[in-house]
Amino acid sequence: MSGNAAFLGMPAFPRNAAAAVQDSQLRFNLRKATRTIRGRRASVVAELPDWAELRAAGRQIKDHTLRNLDRYLLQLEEAVTAAGGHVHWAADAAEANRIVTGLVRATGETSVVKVKSMATQEIGLNEALGRAGVTAYETDLAELIVQLGDDWPSHILVPAIHRNRSEIREIFRAKMAAWGRPAPGELTDDPRALAEAARLHLRERFLSTKVAISGANFMIAETGTLVVLESEGNGRMCLTLPETLISVVGIEKLLPTWRDLEVFLQLLPRSSTGERMNPYTSTWTGAAEGQEFHLVLLDNGRTRVLADEVGRQALRCIRCSACLNVCPVYERAGGHAYGSVYPGPIGAILTPQLRGMASELDASLPYASSLCGACFDVCPVAIDIPEVLVHLRGKARHPRAERLGMRAAGWVFDRPARLAGAQRLAGRLRRFVPGRLPGPLAAWTDTRDLPDIPAESFRDWWNRTNGGTR
Amino acid sequence: MSGGKERILARIRAAVAGAPDVEITRVYRTTRDLPGAVELFAERVADYRAAVHVVAEAEATATITAALAGRGAVRVVIPAGLPPEWTPPEPVADDPPLSAAELDAVDGVITGCAVAIAETGTIVLDAGPGQGRRALTLVPDYHLCVVRADQIVADVPDAVGRLDPARPLTWISGPSATSDIELNRVEGVHGPRVLEVIVVR
Repeated sequence: MSGNAAFLGMPAFPRNAAAAVQDSQLRFNLRKATRTIRGRRASVVAELPDWAELRAAGRQIKDHTLRNLDRYLLQLEEAVTAAGGHVHWAADAAEANRIVTGLVRATGETSVVKVKSMATQEIGLNEALGRAGVTAYETDLAELIVQLGDDWPSHILVPAIHRNRSEIREIFRAKMAAWGRPAPGELTDDPRALAEAARLHLRERFLSTKVAISGANFMIAETGTLVVLESEGNGRMCLTLPETLISVVGIEKLLPTWRDLEVFLQLLPRSSTGERMNPYTSTWTGAAEGQEFHLVLLDNGRTRVLADEVGRQALRCIRCSACLNVCPVYERAGGHAYGSVYPGPIGAILTPQLRGMASELDASLPYASSLCGACFDVCPVAIDIPEVLVHLRGKARHPRAERLGMRAAGWVFDRPARLAGAQRLAGRLRRFVPGRLPGPLAAWTDTRDLPDIPAESFRDWWNRTNGGTR
Repeated sequence: MSGGKERILARIRAAVAGAPDVEITRVYRTTRDLPGAVELFAERVADYRAAVHVVAEAEATATITAALAGRGAVRVVIPAGLPPEWTPPEPVADDPPLSAAELDAVDGVITGCAVAIAETGTIVLDAGPGQGRRALTLVPDYHLCVVRADQIVADVPDAVGRLDPARPLTWISGPSATSDIELNRVEGVHGPRVLEVIVVR
């Protein structure tokens, strides 16, 4: 259920959020988790005196790469191929799924192990493999919780952030047996015991599965190197032990040179898990240690985002999730309300651009924000999320009542005489203005108070009293 | 397959046509000398709840022996090229290469490293002599890593500059861990649950 297809037909954000904020368990879990990570991030970022300079370099490297993306992708392909790897290009989700399914089938295997990957969730790869008779086993602890619970991811870094320890224990006890080794009989809800249960559950699978599927955090054009940052060692297991490795990576994950990693290996761990460095980072170039290696380069809407002068900065995103953890809207509504594998502030600008704004849900996402700007402040590649939100609001189709209202307001504000006349009229009628506006206008007053209308406008008062002197 | 490639490249070119290029300014800290790098490295490794010892060269062998005894590690795998003074009396050699199941059955592994980073408490392995293929430090539950003091650099940029991207690299910062349950850090998931680091001056 983790693919984007699971979100199809979801109602717009305001309805999802209104339901989510009634879930006190969810709000408690999110509040606790986001507060913990916010504190950790702030302390390790403060340790670096050159954070602002690293952030500026990160933004520039990404912008330069995006400007020259065609050239760098070709350079990457050449380097990967020279190192014994195979490169495939997928214009959309269907093409990527077809390529990966074909590669897995060619090995004759019917199961694959997976490293947590946003790109493969975005294209619904697990479902596509399932239809081809291939079982995909998620190995990241949070992804495992989501997969066993037949649930949806709700956070970029920690997809099961909406679950607390006792819920996780219940999922493990009820579901592990159906997917492999059952949970230990005396499983407690101690996080250590839960991690141990995941270790035992997946151990044999790691040692015996012959095909792995991953994403990547970075690809280096100059050398053809792929980079995966992780914590648990499940990534290393998948990248190292299987005979065949297939990596599905969005085209925007590119960096021009090996040296550029010196910036991003400082920005990402500190922004993401709030650590000086994540436990494990693996880098490999082509067919490492005799492994069969396939790289699938994924577009799936990214070039459409690239064509938007304001919106293209969303492609700088390195998926750290710092913007989710500081967002007052995300903290209350949770990730599911965004109806996409990319939730939170970055999701609110990425999803409508990747998918287009045809559905009611996608058109509502640019409004899933109070524009407070906390996301921009913490973004390690300086994506001005509020700027893109406002830009997308301008592009979204607005309701008829709003369009008529705005046209009327424009007519009034266009001439000082009209404005003064309207103000005088409003002042005289102010006793008759209801607290809740009728018809479609109620959408405004349901969530806001109407401002008090003064008896006299400031200009009229100034003219009458000569600036208060009479 | 090539159809996808041409389509993607054409879309990119249309999307960025006329956009200005962006210059990259690297005014962040790069290579630098760091007095007390050994002490900082030891402190930062210990922050990840790994065991750390800083010893003189003459004490290396005794420290390794004591560390293995402390963990009850008897069957210990070693990579080719591990210095003899770091090698226990009856090691398990990875020659011919051990299967994953055989690696799962040993008590631990001893390796050196390629580079270590003081600021982040990271050790980097590049599958070179004394380090071996990547599975060696992954499947066994206990990893004892010996770091020579002159391998410790100040920060991430120094390490990136010293490493060869053509080699498969593993950057290790503490034992395997997860923050997936309520964002609390718990050590010990799929990688080695115990990391012990000996710094030899």
